[in-house]
Amino acid sequence: METGRGYRVFQIINALILTGVVIVTLYPFVNIVAQSFSSESSITSGHVNLLPRGFNLTTYKTVMSDSAFWENYRNTVVYTVLATGVSMVLTTCYAYVLSKKHLKGRKVLIAIALFTMFFNGGLIPNYVLVSDLGLRNSVWAIVLPNAISVFNLLVMKSFFENLPAELEEAAAVDGLSTYGILGRIVLPLSKAVLATMVLFYAVSFWNSWFSAFLYMDRSSLFPVTVYLRNLIAGASGGADQSAASDTALQIASNIQAVTIVLTVLPILVIYPFVQRYFVKGVMLGAVKG
Amino acid sequence: MGIAGTVDPPPGRERARPLRPRRKTWRRALRRDWQLYSLAVLPVVFFVVFRYLPMIGNVIAFRRYVPGGSLFGEKWVGLRYFRMFMGDPEFWHVFGNTMILGGVTLLFTFPLPIVLALLLNEVRSAKLKRFVQSVSYLPHFLSIVVVAGLIMQLLSVNGAVNQGLRAVGHAPIPFLQQPEWFRTIYVSSEVWQGLGWGTILYLAALTTIDHQLYEQARIDGANRWRQTWHVTLPGIRPMMVTLLVLNIGTFMAVGFEKILLLYNPLTYSTADVIPTYLYRVGVVSGSFSYGAAIGLFESVIGLILVVAANQISRRAVGTGLW
Repeated sequence: METGRGYRVFQIINALILTGVVIVTLYPFVNIVAQSFSSESSITSGHVNLLPRGFNLTTYKTVMSDSAFWENYRNTVVYTVLATGVSMVLTTCYAYVLSKKHLKGRKVLIAIALFTMFFNGGLIPNYVLVSDLGLRNSVWAIVLPNAISVFNLLVMKSFFENLPAELEEAAAVDGLSTYGILGRIVLPLSKAVLATMVLFYAVSFWNSWFSAFLYMDRSSLFPVTVYLRNLIAGASGGADQSAASDTALQIASNIQAVTIVLTVLPILVIYPFVQRYFVKGVMLGAVKG
Repeated sequence: MGIAGTVDPPPGRERARPLRPRRKTWRRALRRDWQLYSLAVLPVVFFVVFRYLPMIGNVIAFRRYVPGGSLFGEKWVGLRYFRMFMGDPEFWHVFGNTMILGGVTLLFTFPLPIVLALLLNEVRSAKLKRFVQSVSYLPHFLSIVVVAGLIMQLLSVNGAVNQGLRAVGHAPIPFLQQPEWFRTIYVSSEVWQGLGWGTILYLAALTTIDHQLYEQARIDGANRWRQTWHVTLPGIRPMMVTLLVLNIGTFMAVGFEKILLLYNPLTYSTADVIPTYLYRVGVVSGSFSYGAAIGLFESVIGLILVVAANQISRRAVGTGLW
């Protein structure tokens, strides 16, 4: 390793830059948590920075006693579980089929998926389609149009391709059908990639808001992201003419802060435990894609 | 190879094959692999209905669509809707905004992850490296709604940024109400959210570089900087090309959801882009055919950009996406 003076100076500057990146990344989180525990008056007077001012838990009580918030929070959980389940079944089946190199027509099946990465129907035809299928105001408007992510599909496909083919051949000789091989041999060997894909899908459905915003008119069906969106849209100066903005105009900034914190909380809690799986999943897709 | 059981046909019947090879092999493939094909049915239905049907649904850009009527419109009107937006000054305004916002975003979000990946690569403490990475990936996992909420809180008149301005004696700025600030806010938030995550693929590519190359460079007397220039950068070039081609392809589809959350009529002059305009024209005012025409125009430009970028990169550096 170099020990030259120039390199040591570089190491110090590098450490400073990376520290800067960490601080800039974390600052908004610390700030929002501090606001969520602060009184409205200290926020509006501009005193809340890294630590809560006028510490109190009343805002948390206010938000958590709002039945609409809980209803929408529960919707998010239900939608996420359902959508992730459907996505996993479809993606796994297709990825397995695409991983079978001997399969006739495999190239066409791959092309069907790949082409959609570069060209799509666009907002309006999708909107018309979902409306005409009668999916409005139902969870299927969120689940079905986003059921397969081509990126996830490719990651799974390359994972399946790397499984030892001998195992499957042996199972076939022993008389297992394709379904049996998939269910009893391949899936148990693929727990790592399955877990990663579940996480990918779950996070994306947990975070999504636009489909619900577009296709759901009843507030009892909203996921919590749309609840939050209506809060911040109302607070952005009444610029938005949505139905929610009138009531939301008076929404205090500490209520927004609490809602933001509660919405991200599940992700923040599981993040440290699962992020290395995400990284593995992305790298798998990248190197083998 | 034969996985699903059926034994290959006995030898000696080869002579029948050249007659109708196509049908015969298809029949054989279906008989042997019908279970695999059956697994593909639902996913294919998904792609056909939710990806290809909307592509065909774009014909409403050439036909008059009546709400509640046929998915594909009622009557041919030719290029009427295309002529409409070609002569629409509002459209050209949002077109310009899209190019500027997309261009500036690409200018920052493409090279910065490479720089960060190279810096991370020089960190010798594995623990520190992992910590910086974990922290910088985090914003990628947030909902866009949450990011918009954080931006609004930070930039509000009493928010942290204005506290800083007050501390140095500057009057507070209502950032989100001023069109001249929108591009800065948008691009910095894109960088904040995507910087760390953008390094992952480069870091993966860095691990695949042969260590002997560094040894050789050192023997040849290359210092750290020259090693980076002559070994590291060429090593991650395929990844750079791939991501650049992909980025150029999505260039026109600037962060639609984020802009929708962050803009307001006061900032339309810099913030309104083709997708948001399309949303207001198509969904909010219900001009489906007009909206579809704009959308089709946008998707076709996107496709042309990807193909062109890929062509250029294949000519220039010899690798492309396909």
